[in-house]
Amino acid sequence: MLKLLKGIWLVFLHAFTRPVTIQYPDVKPYLPPRWRGRIILSRDPDGEERCVGCYLCSVACPVDCIALQATEDEHGRRYPAWFRINFSRCIFCGYCEEACPTYAIQLTTDFEMSEYDRRNLVYEKEDLLISGTGKYPGYNFYRVSGVQIGGKDKGEAEHEASPIDLRSLMP
Amino acid sequence: MAGIIVDDRPYQVDERENLLQACLSLGFNLPYFCWHPALGSVGACRQCAVKQFRNEQDRQGHLVMACMTPAADGTRISIEDPEAKTFRASVIEWMMANHPHDCPVCDEGGECHLQDMTVMTGHAYRRFRFNKRTFRNQDLGPFITHEMNRCIQCYRCVRLYRDYAGGRDFDAFGSRNHVYFGRHEDGTLENEFSGNLVEVCPTGVFDDKTLMPHYTRKWDLQTAPSVCAHCSLGCNTIAGERYGTLRRILNRYHNEVNGYFLCDRGRFGYGFVNSEERIRRPKSRPSRDGQTIPIDKDMILRELGPLLADKPSRIIGIGSPRASLESNFALRELVGPERFSLGLSVRDAGLNSIILDILRRGPAPSASIHDVEQADAVLILGEDLINTAPRLALAVRQSARQQPMEIVDKLGIPRWHDAAVREAAHARFGPLFIAAPYSSWFADIATETYHAAPDDLARLGFVVAHELDQAAPTASTVNPTIGSLAKRIAAVLGQAERPLVISGTACKSEAVIQSAANVAWALCKTGTPAKLCYCLPESNSLGLAMLGGKSLEEAFSIVKNGAADTVLILENDLYRRADALSGDAFLKTASKVIILDTLEHDTTAKADVLLPAGTFAESDGTLVNNEGRAQRFYQVFPAEADIQESWRWIRDLAVASGHPAQPNMTAWNTLDDVVLALSEAIPVFRRLAEAAPPEKFRMIGQKIPRQTHRFTGRTSMHAPLLMHEPKPVKDPDSPLAFSMEGYLGQPPSPLITHYWAPGWNSVQALNKFQSEVGGPLRQENPGVRLIESFGKRTVTYFTDAPKPFQALDHGWLILPWYQIFGTDELSARASAMAERIPGPTLMLHPEDAATLRFKAGERTELMLGNRSHRVPVKLDAAVPRGTAALTIVSDFTDAVLPAWSPLIRVAEP
Repeated sequence: MLKLLKGIWLVFLHAFTRPVTIQYPDVKPYLPPRWRGRIILSRDPDGEERCVGCYLCSVACPVDCIALQATEDEHGRRYPAWFRINFSRCIFCGYCEEACPTYAIQLTTDFEMSEYDRRNLVYEKEDLLISGTGKYPGYNFYRVSGVQIGGKDKGEAEHEASPIDLRSLMP
Repeated sequence: MAGIIVDDRPYQVDERENLLQACLSLGFNLPYFCWHPALGSVGACRQCAVKQFRNEQDRQGHLVMACMTPAADGTRISIEDPEAKTFRASVIEWMMANHPHDCPVCDEGGECHLQDMTVMTGHAYRRFRFNKRTFRNQDLGPFITHEMNRCIQCYRCVRLYRDYAGGRDFDAFGSRNHVYFGRHEDGTLENEFSGNLVEVCPTGVFDDKTLMPHYTRKWDLQTAPSVCAHCSLGCNTIAGERYGTLRRILNRYHNEVNGYFLCDRGRFGYGFVNSEERIRRPKSRPSRDGQTIPIDKDMILRELGPLLADKPSRIIGIGSPRASLESNFALRELVGPERFSLGLSVRDAGLNSIILDILRRGPAPSASIHDVEQADAVLILGEDLINTAPRLALAVRQSARQQPMEIVDKLGIPRWHDAAVREAAHARFGPLFIAAPYSSWFADIATETYHAAPDDLARLGFVVAHELDQAAPTASTVNPTIGSLAKRIAAVLGQAERPLVISGTACKSEAVIQSAANVAWALCKTGTPAKLCYCLPESNSLGLAMLGGKSLEEAFSIVKNGAADTVLILENDLYRRADALSGDAFLKTASKVIILDTLEHDTTAKADVLLPAGTFAESDGTLVNNEGRAQRFYQVFPAEADIQESWRWIRDLAVASGHPAQPNMTAWNTLDDVVLALSEAIPVFRRLAEAAPPEKFRMIGQKIPRQTHRFTGRTSMHAPLLMHEPKPVKDPDSPLAFSMEGYLGQPPSPLITHYWAPGWNSVQALNKFQSEVGGPLRQENPGVRLIESFGKRTVTYFTDAPKPFQALDHGWLILPWYQIFGTDELSARASAMAERIPGPTLMLHPEDAATLRFKAGERTELMLGNRSHRVPVKLDAAVPRGTAALTIVSDFTDAVLPAWSPLIRVAEP
């Protein structure tokens, strides 16, 4: 009997606690920055595409929902000719972001991407590419890589000596 | 065999090997860079260090390079020794000190031996804080990319290019940590085997430039075992596809045929598969002068069916030496053997069948490329190998090393000890006699060369044979030069242990082919086991000769006489086979010209109906190479809707016509059905089915996947077309599947789709597929040699030695000058080839040019097959007087060559 009354008392007390329900969508919930939501392709600090088309995201993807085709501009800079993510298959595991060697592919805090038609969940490069650096400001893969691209000659990357003069006889 | 002890466990190994090779054969993962099974050891990279112990009591041991230490009996080593492991990790760390941060943009990434070895040794963290060395790159032409920053100075490239392939425009420059591998200046790599740098380089310094425009990682390629379609040697390849286009060709190891290497024509000639000029839909031409219009597959079959049914005896079928055996056989069954033409002129068909006859009659057996490498004396009669059968030329270069090996063996130097072997042999080359109409750089290692017109080459052959065996007929009125040369050749060949005679169809001369046979037979008769090797013009020339059929001229006359009016042409451009006038007349007279082919060409421009056939990458089939070996090639990717194998089209035509002539054909559903029918119909093909496992073959109940286990993009690549992932396409013809699911272990050798083993992502994973490193593959099925002439003793010599070549005052004998890039019909259509295909040129002796008042670079007019051509002239003293050599590129074919023509200087404005 006493237990019963105790239970009723507890329930009664709960009537005065603050509700945990958030009135979404009127109120937006807090999402931590590392939330794994909609995937984007970012740009480097110079405004160029970060993605170099290395295929590591697509090979890391457990559901194989990323497909792309790499290509190269006339100065040797690589980029994806097209890049497609099928979000109707994506499980937002974030492996692609982990695999990306250039910080190009990033998961964002946006999760509001429901569609009535599954076909609208197939995002092409123009849907994915944003104009900023996303979560990782500052990093530019081509500044550390050894390849020569337009605007960056051999020996101009970080921690690189200037190219060797093969005709030199100096020891 | 020798007993060695590795990490306290005893093993039996071959004592002729080095420890590295032995350890890899035993299945150990021992990292290495500079050693290559075909190139031997030089001990340059210091990566394969192991601890060697003097005896059981020795606990201290000392580090040795496994690749430089013989696997002698009683050797005790440790791979797992902590000191050895640390040493190997340090070596990688030194190499990585300058290696750039490039893997994401490097074409080698994912199939990089350096990546594999770095992971294997456990080096993961960069301690070196200083700047990285950089190099400037070179433009090495249309085939190869260059990124010197990635180089780890293992020297494999220069050893392959210079020592193995004989190239001269590539070398190591500089010293200490400035060593640079490249050319003395930017420019195209001239050597015909430069493509092998892609596979030999352990990292991404040299990569496939033709892959870059459609770059795909190894794990994303759908690959299938294939056979090269660009010459008669039948080198084994792995062809890779992604998103419906063919992306690249890699070497597929075959112990007897191509070994580790391919030529550049085979490696980079695949682009025609993706060509804009492909026939992708059935087309019909309502009026002869009009355009073609695409037409539905069922509609065209409904239209052609009654046509074939009404008058089966009025159809002529024209086969092709570049189509598979199965397709040719299907056509032969549809039209009947008496109305099946080989699609070759009387002369060309005759040359092929003489070769077939010689190889069958024996006693000299046909030589595989491996046999050629082992030969210790070689005579080449009338063949310009580097252009007609490039991979064979590479093998001949190795054969020239056989005799100097005697010195090496005498000195007790193991044969894998490459630097020491080359030092001991020191620019000595074994006997190689080249008798050909003109010269090529390949003759640099020749003992003697002889340049003469085809008739004179044949005469030399007859005289050599006569020198070897007096019973062999000789040529009349032999001049002393030829006589003494023949004596020297005969003396050398007679003393050799494994002599070899190489000839072929390049001279278009029966006498040359016959004289080569006489030489080999004379050797066999005198008790020397000589072998014969003939080069044929195309990938299935010998197979077609075995199938047998009428010549093109006979087909022409049947249509001309009105005995037939419907022509069904299988993968053949008649303008490459016959002169333009008779081709025109034939196609005009025929009331219906139906062509099954892959690419548009001059003949398809006159077709009434065009049916899209699959290339080697879109079909399965069997090719018979120049030694008579039947090998299967497999479909790489599902073809576009209307494209299918030629034999399937022919089967469909048979079904559509209700097929009165050959009811069995309608029951052909799979390739195995055709192979079975072929092996029952023609005795020479009775073992054809053994060339590859049948469709029903399974490994533990599973098919063998064409896609790697890490194939990507499955749920995304088709998404814009179809939200639901399409089912994998079924393959009714082979035990391979268009899928990533299936048996992941090693299948029998004809079914290996790619080389991969845990920890070995690069092509070097091949080690794990061989029963011993550098030896045959596990579960090897080397294809079926359809001709065997062993045990035959009787020799019937050819007797018709030609008369000496007589130069004419008013005309020159125009000989075909074949080109590695440009002569082959299909590879010439690959976009990557364009830059390497030379322009039409006529090569003339300087003294002949002087009598004509020609200067180099001037143009001449010549008449071939009633058509006049204007070509620039090049002077070369190796061209025999009274002859001239014409490049077989673009519009020029060898159909009417050799031919006499006047040369008239064109006055340039």
